[in-house]
Amino acid sequence: MTTPDTARVELDGEQTATTVDELAPLYRQMLAIRRLEEASAKAYSVGKIGGFLHLIIGQEAVCVGATAALRPDDYVVATYREHGHAYAKGVPARPILAELYGKKTGLVKGLGGSMHLFDKATNFLGGYGIVGGHVPIAAGAAFASKYRGDGRVTLCFFGEGASTIGGFAEGLALAALWKLPVVLICENNQYSMGTPLYRSLAVEDVSMRALAHGMARDRFDGDDVVKVKRRIAEAVDRARTTGEPTLVEVITYRFRGHSMSDPGLYRTKEEVEEWKRRDPLNRSRARLTELGMSAEALDELEADVKTEIEDAVRFAEESPAADAYLPYVVKE
Amino acid sequence: MAVISYREALNQAMREEMERDASVFIMGEEVGHYNGAYKVTQGLLQRFSERRVIDAPIAEMGFAGIGVGAAMVGLRPIIEFMTFNFSLVAIDQIVNSAAKIFQMSGGQFNVPIVFRGPSGPAVQVGSQHSQSLESYYAHVPGLKVVMPSTPADAKGLLKTAIRDDNPVIFMEGETLYGLTGEVPDDEYTIPLGKGRIAREGKDVTLVAWSRMVHVCTDAAKVLAERGIECEVVDPRTLRPLDTEIIVDSVRKTGRCVIVEVGWPVAGFGAEVAYQVQRHCLDALDAPVERVTSDDVPMPYAKNLEDEVQPQVKDVVAAVERALYLA
Repeated sequence: MTTPDTARVELDGEQTATTVDELAPLYRQMLAIRRLEEASAKAYSVGKIGGFLHLIIGQEAVCVGATAALRPDDYVVATYREHGHAYAKGVPARPILAELYGKKTGLVKGLGGSMHLFDKATNFLGGYGIVGGHVPIAAGAAFASKYRGDGRVTLCFFGEGASTIGGFAEGLALAALWKLPVVLICENNQYSMGTPLYRSLAVEDVSMRALAHGMARDRFDGDDVVKVKRRIAEAVDRARTTGEPTLVEVITYRFRGHSMSDPGLYRTKEEVEEWKRRDPLNRSRARLTELGMSAEALDELEADVKTEIEDAVRFAEESPAADAYLPYVVKE
Repeated sequence: MAVISYREALNQAMREEMERDASVFIMGEEVGHYNGAYKVTQGLLQRFSERRVIDAPIAEMGFAGIGVGAAMVGLRPIIEFMTFNFSLVAIDQIVNSAAKIFQMSGGQFNVPIVFRGPSGPAVQVGSQHSQSLESYYAHVPGLKVVMPSTPADAKGLLKTAIRDDNPVIFMEGETLYGLTGEVPDDEYTIPLGKGRIAREGKDVTLVAWSRMVHVCTDAAKVLAERGIECEVVDPRTLRPLDTEIIVDSVRKTGRCVIVEVGWPVAGFGAEVAYQVQRHCLDALDAPVERVTSDDVPMPYAKNLEDEVQPQVKDVVAAVERALYLA
């Protein structure tokens, strides 16, 4: 099995112009997400985290770059592979990890788990476990922004596997018809669980689905976090100024299996290694050096991330178990 | 008190709530320019403009989900299904999204949304347009389920549903839209979870909702001529269920017949029967009876359609069994 050609379509090797001041915080976020995911995997392997655990390792540049194009009051709606999106939107590592541990101090009090992180304070409207079902919800948040004229934009993330389900089609149709300020970001990691793109889609180019709705589209590779930020910013700007949605396909790759229970045997070692050579973190780190960030400064940044995640692990470990559930809103 | 139709009562409820709260909007197929497939939204577009009365294309899952997303960030959508039969293509948004977001978000986000529209068999509209799906929705924690039987209840309950902070499934009787009745002139609301005694009686309790309340009161009139006094209890909302009003009545009469237009297997009446035996066993003088539609998809022919659904004679027969007269 080889990597489908689509993944290479927009590879240009060119560096997007940036500065240390811009790139260093993005690199820091990506690194924190990776360390957070690694800590989660470790806790999962010893039974401290239950259920399903979907890691985003390898894809960090997409959520970090895209979210960097937002204002704090903009909304983000994501899938069940959303720890990184929550972190990128501003949710601290502590409550994310505590949630995975099922603790009372978790982001959603141990009631949601890995797939259902929500945070009102940062306008993170949630992680959803029904593929594509959250696309209309994101369109709904955008509808509310249009209704109120509050100028907010909603980002909606999903995988290429979502592009075949009804919720995706209906969400796109209504967002286009009503000109809702939403940016629909397909994180094309080339496998919907174990099924490669070419066995699940009749076209290689997911962004073509925008054409049927007269919607703007974009498509590019997602290894360069600054490039992701620039291109998503164009779509965000379009949404904010004209109200028009955009379907953006970002080509990426997850280094691990679909979830912790998946060894990823449907991919060759060579394929995975090839993508690891394009690791968005290594790429950003090399770029920072190139731009003049000192080895000491990078070491300091990395040590700081290590401390942050170790603290989050300690917090999750030491927090009390969840203790109450909430079936309904009870009105006074 | 003014005498108005069930349809007008629903229209008044939405109009009043939209006047009262700018975050309330209505979205659905044909709700605006067409004035509603069943004319329930008549005149609302003229009054509130296209911003708040939104004609949706045929995409129930899409616009139900848009309602959920809008509700999460503080709007109060009323999503109209042209019929609840079509809600089945939106059920992912109702069950997987609306009902679960409050719990999944640790109480940070709630979904104040009303899904409303006609429910239950009409007249000769065939298998796919004749279902009464309240048992589907009543099964789901996180949802409230309302099924009014009179114009006054329709208005008061819909106003409350729109103000509720949870998702509410508001099922209107498709054949009740033309039913007229007295409605209070002053503003009023009716709490969810409070039933109503539709007719007082001492011999047997009939529990029914939506159109079946009328079938039961008709049966009660027939039985009254034979000296049998039926008490008809209309819970009005299935979730939350006013178990108390049902239990109090059964403890008084010692007999209970539950009448629903849904199917028998796992129908909501089975839950009512459980509650009755659980709370009234020592007071029961006969097994709890159920009257339901036959266990089949609805046939088209009028005679067969009538035969499938609970009729007055079926209720009378069930009461006779409960009284050991049959």
